[in-house]
Amino acid sequence: MVLIAVEVNGTRRQHNVEPRLLLVQYLRETLGLTGTNIGCDTTSCGACTVLFNGESVKSCTVLAAQADEAEIVTIEGLGGPDGALHPVQEAFRQHHALQCGYCTPGMVMAAVSLLAEENELDEQGVREGLEGNLCRCTGYHNIVKAVLACADDRATLTESSS
Amino acid sequence: MIPVAFDYLRASSTEEAIALLVEHGDEAKLIAGGHSLLPLMKLRLAIPAVLVDIGRVPGLSYIEERGDEIAIGALARHHDLETSPLLKDQVPLLAYTAHQVGDPQVRHRGTLGGTLAHGDPASDLPAAVLALGGTLVAQGPNGRREIAAIDFFRGFLETALGADELLVEIRVPKVAGAGWSFQKFNRRAQDWAIVGVAAVVNGTTGIALINMGSTPIRAVAVEEALRSGASASEAATAADQGTDPPSDINASSEYRRHLATVLVRRALEEAS
Repeated sequence: MVLIAVEVNGTRRQHNVEPRLLLVQYLRETLGLTGTNIGCDTTSCGACTVLFNGESVKSCTVLAAQADEAEIVTIEGLGGPDGALHPVQEAFRQHHALQCGYCTPGMVMAAVSLLAEENELDEQGVREGLEGNLCRCTGYHNIVKAVLACADDRATLTESSS
Repeated sequence: MIPVAFDYLRASSTEEAIALLVEHGDEAKLIAGGHSLLPLMKLRLAIPAVLVDIGRVPGLSYIEERGDEIAIGALARHHDLETSPLLKDQVPLLAYTAHQVGDPQVRHRGTLGGTLAHGDPASDLPAAVLALGGTLVAQGPNGRREIAAIDFFRGFLETALGADELLVEIRVPKVAGAGWSFQKFNRRAQDWAIVGVAAVVNGTTGIALINMGSTPIRAVAVEEALRSGASASEAATAADQGTDPPSDINASSEYRRHLATVLVRRALEEAS
């Protein structure tokens, strides 16, 4: 067993884990944070995307042990304490950027990471920036619209994270 | 999918990592980002008894100028490479190629040292380092040694690294202003290249091929033809000479041979 200390959604968590435990299993099964979905389990679909020290990663391809001393944010940690939606979540809602919703948590986390990295985003940039996330329902159209809307409204984003 | 159980040891320095490799020998594998190794372990194609995690070894993520070269720490991630102003300026082929690997999530985890040490012939970055004529620095119990990129890849997922050695640095020549091209043919954005080509024209021309054999390889016949004065389109017809491309679900060996000649021609036209 390996002792890990991870900050998950702002709370420091400490557990003895089996070395082969994947980060996504740690989040879902040990911590009960089932908002992060497992899709392909092969680093392809992006459904399990979380923020690892502020950057998007696929948690099916990270060992929980590798997350020791890291800051992890999952979909549960994005919104405000009062239940207010994060601007990216709000934009997904406004633009109807989902159908079945399975890819949505990962898609939102990937979008948050992309928006934090890229100061200027056009449609092509959004499409390329989300290439690690597959959606089988929407054809991506409204997802791209939602992320572009966030990019156009940086002020809102900055406000909520400060 | 769950890997076979293993012991997990975290190294806090290069020396500690080497000592752990010496102690555990062939049983041990190094892990950094883990984006080549973990998928193999989950499929149980790799079953290491011990993982030595070097992901948090400090001081191995640099990208810096060193004389006529750019020196890159083995733990620099693809994301660090693709966003490095120094690399974009001095070795744009490498920055661009890093941007073509996988997807943003993969590039946030995968490291240059990891992709080279893994030695997958279908990977993008080994071909770029090979085309550039880079130098790899390995550190073992007896100190450091330098390995030319062309001598590094020995067989399918096999490199010149010893079981007790750690890849610590990669150096590539500064080639600001040189012509270059990276061609990757695949079906979907995040896929591996069915065939790929990295080329740099800087006095002489270096060309390396992706997924055309058991290792990343230089297109030696094309380079020789160019030195003898052949045009780009003439030289490109030799792109499949000396290669042994696989047949798989994406393409037959013959198709890959044809694709190599087309992509090398495009690369040479773009780079010249």
